[in-house]
Amino acid sequence: MTELVDVVLGGTFHAAVLFLVAAGLQLVFGVQKIVNLACGSFYALGAYFGITAVGIAIKLGMPPVLFLPVLILAGLAIGIVGLPIERVLRTIYRRDESYQLLLTFGFLLMFQDVFRFLWGATPRTMDNVYMAYGTANFLGVRVPTYNLLVIAASLAIAVGLGLFLERTKTGRIVRATAENRDMAEGLGVNASKIFALVFTVGCMLGTVGGALVVPSGAASLDMAVELVVESFAVVVIGGLGSMRGALVGALVVGLMRAAAISLVPEMEMLSVYLVVVLVLIVRPAGLFGKATA
Amino acid sequence: MSTPSIDIPSETAVRRIVPAINGLWVLLGLIAIMALLPMVASPYALMLMLPFIGYSIALLGFNLLFGTTGLLSFGHALFLGVGAYTAAALTSKFGILSFELLLITAALVSGLVSLVIGVLCVRYTRIFFGMLTLAFGMLFHSFLFKFYGITGGDQGMRVLRPLLLGMEWRGGKTAFLTGPFYYYALILFALLGLAMWRITQSPFGLHLRAIRENDGKAAYVGVQIFRMRLIAFVISAVYGGIGGTILAVTTGLADPELAYWTHSGNLVFMAVLGGSGTFAGPAIGALVFVLLQDFVMSVTQYWRFVMGSVLVLLVVFMPQGLSGTVEALINRRKGGQ
Repeated sequence: MTELVDVVLGGTFHAAVLFLVAAGLQLVFGVQKIVNLACGSFYALGAYFGITAVGIAIKLGMPPVLFLPVLILAGLAIGIVGLPIERVLRTIYRRDESYQLLLTFGFLLMFQDVFRFLWGATPRTMDNVYMAYGTANFLGVRVPTYNLLVIAASLAIAVGLGLFLERTKTGRIVRATAENRDMAEGLGVNASKIFALVFTVGCMLGTVGGALVVPSGAASLDMAVELVVESFAVVVIGGLGSMRGALVGALVVGLMRAAAISLVPEMEMLSVYLVVVLVLIVRPAGLFGKATA
Repeated sequence: MSTPSIDIPSETAVRRIVPAINGLWVLLGLIAIMALLPMVASPYALMLMLPFIGYSIALLGFNLLFGTTGLLSFGHALFLGVGAYTAAALTSKFGILSFELLLITAALVSGLVSLVIGVLCVRYTRIFFGMLTLAFGMLFHSFLFKFYGITGGDQGMRVLRPLLLGMEWRGGKTAFLTGPFYYYALILFALLGLAMWRITQSPFGLHLRAIRENDGKAAYVGVQIFRMRLIAFVISAVYGGIGGTILAVTTGLADPELAYWTHSGNLVFMAVLGGSGTFAGPAIGALVFVLLQDFVMSVTQYWRFVMGSVLVLLVVFMPQGLSGTVEALINRRKGGQ
């Protein structure tokens, strides 16, 4: 029983972070029709920048309780890099997907060395935050309170994002642009502004995800390329462009991995890909995707 | 059947075929230069040419899928991995050292693997095909990475020096690789290049191009889309397997990185760098990529940044690649006169 709770909690924590990155991927794909391979770089960028931000916060003598808000703010702030990147992406919106994949792949390569240059090649850790919130007792299992806070923060962001897209005027315009760009433009929507907004928000989701995960692990050069395939898996399972799909896909991948690690460690990633392949065979558009293939 | 719309594709078809004839000559010219290279080049330069040959062979296959059929595989490194691990398993586990046998087995194994994967993948096109191939590639990678007992995990598997034409070659590793193995690989490259040329010029190649241009129309006039795509996928995988075998013998090691998705990305990079719209383009792309990467790595440790910037600039300003740009320049000149 405790083992099960352990797996579920670990998996949900991982899923919470995965969801943020995948939601960014979905948002950008839904509106701009671009599969952004650089989403992993945004995630790593958030992680590295989070470490730096907390380092500054410690120097300023902030109490450890404030570190979580500091991380979230750091993620939001560094997410601004999405803006100049969107400028470059703008040149290829109407081109073939292969070019879009390649362009974002180019950014991924560039970011790898930016991290190496700014933060060095050795993984950076930050454990003074992870335990600052103590541990909580959850159904007889002791878990770091931090994990629960991250799950809550991710849920809050999911709800906020949903409300933004469904209930606000800008959200409606974003959805209209996703549905039909030319029609929206015909009705007076400034699509390039919407694209810049959406890409930056998508980028911020990734950087916040990275900033939130770093206290529990480390920021390393590998995390970008590794996360790309994982969030890819989430998106394929959930269905391209669907927010609900991102949520369900993240839970599937997170729980699957956590279960595999405790049962058959060799199957950690293999199990995830097997689910991906299975979903693509049975439901090519994903669980919540529209059949666009 | 004399509707005006028929004229449009036939016109573009003519334009595509004219430079394509040059494509074979460009490739053979490249191979001829490489055959003379050992007279002047240092062993180091020749050692660089071996991965180039391996990648070029793989890219000949990759481009049958990408350039000719219009399917972008983002998991093609899988077949390089299959070829490399076949060579490793045969030489270091089963003691089979004949290079011909290695090649045939690698081709067969990757052909079989691709048949299974292809049946599942080629029903989809565009981004879905890319994602599905990427998923299969990573599936294979995590198998290689995690199952130490069978694959050696991240240590990889050693590839022993093979016998060429049943003969054992004396001398050091470099002498073997830059001498007999170099020529062997080059001849293999030439033969496979000729074969691929025949394939692209055959009615089968025409079917593939018809599918790329408009699969609905192609199906309507009787092209069996699924079967044609599947055959193209299998052929491209066989080329990938052979390319992977050459890469593995060159480095003496088969490691999981060969099947990692970023390696697939590099393959696409090479194809687009050279120009996937032309026959010899991907091979030129492989050459430029290998030389550029070697040069940048010798200058700075931040070579990924440079390669990434090259890729970004390429996609934004030169989407036709090197050969496509040269071709456009020639065409413009001809048109001007």
